[in-house]
Amino acid sequence: MMAHATEQSTVAAQTETPPRRRHVLDLDDFSRNEITALLDSAEAMHELLSRSIKKAPSLRGKVVLTLFLEPSTRTRVSFEQAGKMLSADVINISGSGSSAEKGESLLNTALTLQAMHADLIVIRSPHSGAPYFLARNLQRMGVVNAGDGRHAHPTQALLDLMTMRHHVGGLEGKRVVIVGDVLHSRVARSDVFGLHALGASVVLCGPPTLIPLDLLHKGEGDSLPDVSVEHDLDRAIEDADAVIALRIQQERQGAGMLPSMREYTRRWQVTEARYRRAKPGALLMHPGPMNEGVEIASSLAHGPGSQIEEQVTNGVAVRMALLYQLLTGGQEEAAE
Amino acid sequence: MAEERLILTSDEMRRALTRIAHEIVESNKGLEGLMLVGVRRRGVPLARRIADAIASFENASVPVGALDINLYRDDLTSRPQPLVRPTEMPVGIEGKAVVLVDDVLFTGRTVRSALDALMDLGRPRIVQLAVLVDRGHHEFPIRADFVGKNVPTSLDEIVEVRVTEIDGTEEVALVERVKAAPA
Amino acid sequence: MSRPILITGARVIDPVSGSDRTGDLFMRDGVIADAPDATPGDALVVDGKGLVAAPGFIDLHTHLREPGFEDKESIETGTAAAAAGGFTTVCAMPNTSPAIDTAAVVDFITHRAREAGPVRVLAFGAVSRGRKGVELTDMEELARAGVVGFTDDGSPVATGLLMEHALLYAGELGLPVMDHCEDHSITAGLGMHEGAVASRLGLAGYPSAAEESLVARDIALLGLTGGHFHVAHVSTAGGVEMVRNAKGRGLRVTAEVTPNHLTMTDEWVLGVNGSASGIARPLSLSAYETRAKVSPPLRSRSDRDALVEGLRDGTIDAVATDHAPHTFGDKATPFDEAAVGISTLETAFGSLMSLVRAGAIDLPTLVARLTLGPASVLGERFANLASLAVGTPADIVLFDPEERWVVDVSRFASKGKNTPLAGQTLQGRVRMTIAGGEVAFREAGQ
Repeated sequence: MMAHATEQSTVAAQTETPPRRRHVLDLDDFSRNEITALLDSAEAMHELLSRSIKKAPSLRGKVVLTLFLEPSTRTRVSFEQAGKMLSADVINISGSGSSAEKGESLLNTALTLQAMHADLIVIRSPHSGAPYFLARNLQRMGVVNAGDGRHAHPTQALLDLMTMRHHVGGLEGKRVVIVGDVLHSRVARSDVFGLHALGASVVLCGPPTLIPLDLLHKGEGDSLPDVSVEHDLDRAIEDADAVIALRIQQERQGAGMLPSMREYTRRWQVTEARYRRAKPGALLMHPGPMNEGVEIASSLAHGPGSQIEEQVTNGVAVRMALLYQLLTGGQEEAAE
Repeated sequence: MAEERLILTSDEMRRALTRIAHEIVESNKGLEGLMLVGVRRRGVPLARRIADAIASFENASVPVGALDINLYRDDLTSRPQPLVRPTEMPVGIEGKAVVLVDDVLFTGRTVRSALDALMDLGRPRIVQLAVLVDRGHHEFPIRADFVGKNVPTSLDEIVEVRVTEIDGTEEVALVERVKAAPA
Repeated sequence: MSRPILITGARVIDPVSGSDRTGDLFMRDGVIADAPDATPGDALVVDGKGLVAAPGFIDLHTHLREPGFEDKESIETGTAAAAAGGFTTVCAMPNTSPAIDTAAVVDFITHRAREAGPVRVLAFGAVSRGRKGVELTDMEELARAGVVGFTDDGSPVATGLLMEHALLYAGELGLPVMDHCEDHSITAGLGMHEGAVASRLGLAGYPSAAEESLVARDIALLGLTGGHFHVAHVSTAGGVEMVRNAKGRGLRVTAEVTPNHLTMTDEWVLGVNGSASGIARPLSLSAYETRAKVSPPLRSRSDRDALVEGLRDGTIDAVATDHAPHTFGDKATPFDEAAVGISTLETAFGSLMSLVRAGAIDLPTLVARLTLGPASVLGERFANLASLAVGTPADIVLFDPEERWVVDVSRFASKGKNTPLAGQTLQGRVRMTIAGGEVAFREAGQ
């Protein structure tokens, strides 16, 4: 069934070739066609991942830098593996020990790296908008956002979409619930844009302290397209096709945003009983790292509905597809 | 409009593929370890046609795989980006007699990429090449073991193989290149 | 002494007398004088046809950065920028290093200003020693050295109790306490208004409530202490309403607003000069525009409209620039890390003229808010700075209300090139600034 969907969407995508893209900063500028083509390509990469020789030569001679100014193992390793499997040279620069810690500005660091003829920089930053800042200051190097502050995390969203497409099929008209700390979640923001592009509707659920104020009080214009807010998880999860539980940081309690983790767990944990209110076989996801027994009941997290480990594999496939898209293909660039 | 000349009709195409099917079975002395691998995109339906033909006269099925070679191209930075699609092998290729199937043999670069892609999947006992049309202008020491039709062409022409699944018709045409672009 | 100057045939607006006429304006020996029957042979004659002559603008809120931050601005470059913007008097803010918290620093600034040129530099002293929010400065000593008021600007007066004491002590000296009203316990992030745009960008917001909370505190204290409370750079509809209400109750509250908050909104942080209709579209590469990062932040459209109305009806006494020059590097960072502030002196008049053209305020009222308004905040003794009566200081601005010009920051006199208006076309341009009877600025070609 999956192969059939892939073949069809490939034909559609071929008639309308996606535009050449230098940067991936968020999913807000991705069309349905572009996302579909990327996910199709990720399926091919997924197949490559399952081989005994997990390597193809297509990015030979390309240099990919990862600049992680915030701790992250999962995403950094995922990008590194993706690059290496396509034969790119991947160089990792982390916050500690780099010039970033010696007071050199991000701009100077990036210009230096560009002067070394790297082709692409993958950046993770605690500051929202840092990838946009780099993209407008770097003329010769593409920029991929691997998570910026609380703004966006497009590759995580793409892997979520890939996982959902696998299990739910086409996302048009589907109902997806995102539960937890939406306010601080770059994953939630990017998921919403991706799901919106593919025609799904999104319900945001969580404590009022952790939902953006403008979404609680509509009026000034919505910062996210076509979302609704429902604080009661029992109601929100009704008939959901997929549920994404977001990581909750323990610090939120200390900052006075949550009475206690106990109360959070009681009101917003995806429990067996709540999960049963969703559509039968509804997909359950978590961007990780998960607090065992907080966001999702342990029995569910390791149960059949959970695709948390598959998400990790899909993450590598999606990043391979993205690197391939950004680093191959010539000539059309001048069109910009 | 581009000038177009029909090289093979639907019937001629079917006959050519049936003949290739016979030659493959004959050359391999049976079906033991035989596997057809179509090169995406149009090599795949052609491989299925050959497998169907074999099935009709041998009463046994031959596995058909689909190979995507885009990750192995040698021209990834100089041409518009091709879409990557999955490679699908119903069985492992280790120790098999693999017949690569493609629509047209031209420069040989696609076949070279296909060989690289194949080698990353395992070690076949032997690899052979079947093409519906050999149009000449080879740039690599590569030749086809099974050829449907040899067609002398000029570099200003394109050989278009059309299959029902993708193009809605079944034929092969020689088309005048509208605007000379680097191959 | 300087040459006599005669401006002929200009529209002459005098906010003090309320006169608005077309005619000549003559000055000699540093003061406005009656035009003689015969123009003196050595006089500089300026053709004022199609131009407007008015008292030089007064800026209550200027960051000259010297001493301590001369890489951002100096008194010399800051006053040159003032002259280019039509300002003949600027009030230096005390968040220098060292802060203006002793008479010695006031003397230094006065001395440097005299060296730099003819634009008048007044100084605000710090409310607290080192602007640390703990001990009051020697306010009387600072007053004798010439400060015109007190503020810990850049930061609010740290506690209610300190504000109470400052209002009492400065009130006895007859000087205002200017407060940067920002309740730090409410602001989560700097330079971004809490609202849908902040949410879209994933930036922590600085809600209107943070300003309103402190304006309310200070007005409540003023009812207790008497004295004069001046609201620095009011930015919210709620703040304007509280000032209006307090004035109605007879309290000595004054307020200023910046040209930036009157003409721009939080959408400018999206980096498309506020022109695109907002947040529904994909972010552009120029999003997270650090040049639009300012404190208080650029607010919503409804706040902006309330500020304009407050300026028109006199609730807000003065336009003040909050000129905040920064280096390239201070702004060439991700948004969170960028310095707050906009280099404003040289664009203030041009951007304010958009309000006149939109019919939101008439030209004489705008001129009054740039002259008489700030002079009254400073007190009776400065009233003559806003007058064109014979014998008052020859501080004059001559501007073309119609001329269109492109903001070219490379031509700024200020060291601070940090403005989101860079490259924008403004209509309304200062052609000549005369300070103390001397030409302090003259646009090329005039």
